[in-house]
Amino acid sequence: MKPFTYHRAQTLTDRPDGATIIAGGTNLLDLMKHEVMTPEALLDITALDLNRLEAQGEGLRIGALVRNSDLAADPVIRRDYPLLSRALLAGASGQLRNMATTGGNLMQRTRCPYFYDRRMPCNKREPGSGCAAIGGINRNHAILGTSPACIATYSGDMAVALRALDAEVEIDGPAPRRVPLSEFHRLPGDTPDVETALRPDEIITAVLLPAPIGGQQLYRKVRDRASYAFALVSVAAIIGMENNRIAHAALAFGGVAAKPWRDAGAEALLIGQPPSDALFEQAADLILKPAKGYGGNDFKIPLLRRTLIATLRDATGMEATA
Amino acid sequence: MTRHLKVDAPIPDSPLDHMAQGVLGKPVSRLEGPLKVTGRATYAAEARPDGLLYGVLVQAAIPAGKVLSIGDAPGALAVIHDPRLIRYAAQGMATEGPTAGPDQVEYMGQAIAVVVAETFEAAQAAAQALQITYEAKDVPVDPEAVEPERPEKKQSATGDLDRAMQDAAHTLDQIWHTPSHTAAAMEPHAAIAEWSGDQLTVRAGYQMLATSREQLADALGIRPDQLRLLAPYVGGGFGSKLGINADSVAAAIAAHQLGRPVQVVMTRQQVFDLAHRRSETRQRIRLACTADGKLTGIGHEALVSNLPGVSFSEPVTQATPFTYQAAHRQIVHAIARIHRSCAGSVRAPGEAVGATVFECAMDELAETADIDPVELRLCNIPDTEPGTNRPFSSHKLAEALREGASRFGWSDRRPTRQRLEGEWYIGMGVASAVRVNSLIESRARVILQADGRAIVETDMTDIGTGSYTILGQIAAETLGLAVDRVEVRLGDSDFPPASGSGGSFGAASSGTSVYLACAEIRSQIAALAGCDEADLTLQNGQVRTGNVSRPLDALLTAELTGDGHLEPGKTEDTVRQATWGSHWAEVAVNRWTGEVRVRRMLGVFACGRVLNEKTARSQCLGGMTFGLGMALTEAMEHDPRDGHIVTRDLAEYHIPCHADVPPLEVHFLSESDTYVGPLHAKGLGELGICGAGAAILNAIHNACGVRVRELPATPDKIIAGLQD
Repeated sequence: MKPFTYHRAQTLTDRPDGATIIAGGTNLLDLMKHEVMTPEALLDITALDLNRLEAQGEGLRIGALVRNSDLAADPVIRRDYPLLSRALLAGASGQLRNMATTGGNLMQRTRCPYFYDRRMPCNKREPGSGCAAIGGINRNHAILGTSPACIATYSGDMAVALRALDAEVEIDGPAPRRVPLSEFHRLPGDTPDVETALRPDEIITAVLLPAPIGGQQLYRKVRDRASYAFALVSVAAIIGMENNRIAHAALAFGGVAAKPWRDAGAEALLIGQPPSDALFEQAADLILKPAKGYGGNDFKIPLLRRTLIATLRDATGMEATA
Repeated sequence: MTRHLKVDAPIPDSPLDHMAQGVLGKPVSRLEGPLKVTGRATYAAEARPDGLLYGVLVQAAIPAGKVLSIGDAPGALAVIHDPRLIRYAAQGMATEGPTAGPDQVEYMGQAIAVVVAETFEAAQAAAQALQITYEAKDVPVDPEAVEPERPEKKQSATGDLDRAMQDAAHTLDQIWHTPSHTAAAMEPHAAIAEWSGDQLTVRAGYQMLATSREQLADALGIRPDQLRLLAPYVGGGFGSKLGINADSVAAAIAAHQLGRPVQVVMTRQQVFDLAHRRSETRQRIRLACTADGKLTGIGHEALVSNLPGVSFSEPVTQATPFTYQAAHRQIVHAIARIHRSCAGSVRAPGEAVGATVFECAMDELAETADIDPVELRLCNIPDTEPGTNRPFSSHKLAEALREGASRFGWSDRRPTRQRLEGEWYIGMGVASAVRVNSLIESRARVILQADGRAIVETDMTDIGTGSYTILGQIAAETLGLAVDRVEVRLGDSDFPPASGSGGSFGAASSGTSVYLACAEIRSQIAALAGCDEADLTLQNGQVRTGNVSRPLDALLTAELTGDGHLEPGKTEDTVRQATWGSHWAEVAVNRWTGEVRVRRMLGVFACGRVLNEKTARSQCLGGMTFGLGMALTEAMEHDPRDGHIVTRDLAEYHIPCHADVPPLEVHFLSESDTYVGPLHAKGLGELGICGAGAAILNAIHNACGVRVRELPATPDKIIAGLQD
């Protein structure tokens, strides 16, 4: 680990130039130990007043420092946004959730093992050096939105739920702004090192949830073991039914792309239709049309299909009546 | 006085059955447990000698070739690139240091230097800043892409297996692959070396002190008597600490050069790279049987790998020759010389992967022949060891299968894919458990103090298994003392050399040497009491002869010392020694996602005398959990281009965690093996893993109809086989 200076922010504007923000540190500390990230200055923001969960309009404002475990256990979240609670509890371990924060979780970096291994080329770590995952062990890599420069996934769970919930990210900086979650994480393109819309002089202050949408809210995460494992694929589903037809559908997918994936066309296809396996197959076809495997992760294409169908059967009540 | 025993003949009557204390076998909690849970048991890296410096190992970033230059490390006290640094860890029980010479790189991640600084962080930063230059060499890293060695003494054939396959009513011919595994001990490898003149003391995580001392002395070019090893508490070994590793050698060299004590602790990633891996295996099994399930042919062909010149090769087929009988048999053992990290002993080398795969094959044959898998096993158990006709020292496989079937509710098992509960297919599986048994030469000293307290001293280790406790129980039983009147001192090479912990031989070997030392003291007590030893009863600190009873401490005028010395003898050859058992698993397989959840497991085991019901059970729980990991989650992935280990932390290398492990039930069969010394106890540490994974894999097939022959059975492999 390289030496660094450490500042503890007392106010939001108390921000030395170029300092890397640390909150729970569940990912950053690892990255610093491996010297994948080598900040010269750390800004600890945990003393800031950003740990409140409060009503805002018809929705909710989740402070950036609200811990994952507190958020998952909050009665309002459990009642009005159960998808978020379920996704949080599917992530990491109890110990990590006790430390991880809402804002930090959005900023967590990929679990691609080549990104963590400084012996290996990685365009995300060292732009222009190449991608060792292509042609390497890429079992848990992306199948959607990849580029020849990078096939890493965004590995979190919380943001997948937030994507389905149409959340926004509240950002403070020279020009305070809100960024829809859909635009917060970026696909790799030619610049996989640029992972989010957050600029170096900005800070996440909150995540904003719109009014509760109701419906069946399911988060289904498929992983290699029951405890503490990153998603092979995950499906966040919000399904509203009326007269045995799908009235509302929001679907987001984790473990398959550099951002929580969503396909408006597939959702439109479902709306107004009675649930059926054939319909779900069609939706899966649409979502997976651009999918591309890289050898080790080819299985994610059928796995995402199967997981989506299982989730939709469950969310529409088909599974119970089968 | 030394009481010596060479086990040349059976001992039908165990003297331990005639002791009065009644503590042996009881579920005594670990004697050192309170120290461990309150942080007072100091592990290797926790000592803090004055002036301690911190060393960080530098690893090669090429798969093979030559180190041309190491470069400088500003901020470090020293960058040590000493020719004595070892290229890989020593194999267990080796008596020489492993190949030295860090300039020659043989695998990615090899330790090539150590950087020392005043703090760990400074050493780490300096190590990462080195600009190392290499002359890289192209080398093979894929075991299936090279022509393997086939050492003649590792091949065997009886009869004509090809013919048996042609003539059989039913046959099975399939290939399985198991990946490399790591031991994943909780405590990473760590050493603190401290010189005093020409005397060196090394605290480190070791399983076997006596041979590790010889290895380290040889590696450093000093005499063994200049070297003292201390390993009183070891946070798990599982084979990975059988021999010395780069941490000890580097710490010793650095401490000598800098004149201050030096600590070297491996990072978790370094443990993955530098501790021995279990070789990946390719196993072809051929089985032939008659219409009623009698095996006529058994073929087991194994391909494993290791670095060029390393003698260890995963003994995959170790138990195959004697587990089941068949007239026509063939064993093939091939070794691919490739440049992945060094392979060695990990969690029951041989049977862990060999018996597991073989037991999967038996399940497939049972299905083909339409015979219950339990029946197929029962009807092929040999009366004597096939090939040699040696008797078995004891044989409990049939009883373990019958007892297990009844306890597990095997009769409720349904045909394949017939039980669907919600989204989950439910199935049951069975496998036999088998592991070879052996004793290793062991010595111990017991001192009975004048106050009637006893001290046990031996360089035996307790790697989390319960050695302290069982040795204390053996001494307490033999000397008639409460367990808390016995102090057990382990893990110091100044003590008499014992077997160490490995190969399941520690408890019986070291335990027998402690018994012998105590038996010697019993003779001395009998002499003091003026009675025949046969008339002596020792219980609760009382000496009873006939109907006269008096306190032990009243009888003692000075301390008594007894030395025990066990040597394995002719019973190693006159009989086939093994431990036996059966594994049972019930699993749920998700019909959509292919996720497997184990719902319950049962292990039925026979290991001779159980020395401590609690620690023995814990050993089996651990083994069964390893089996679960092997079946479902554990895989060391090697990069196809340079062989480096890609899954090299515990977030990527998945050992089963709490949520993965269901209720596990362990049942011990009552057994007494007369060929293994006066304790009648055999090894148990590894039996729990041998075959456990097969019960799960067989249950997966029973649940959903999918045979996974490429371990582990992760969701991708299940959905590839699901029919809908």
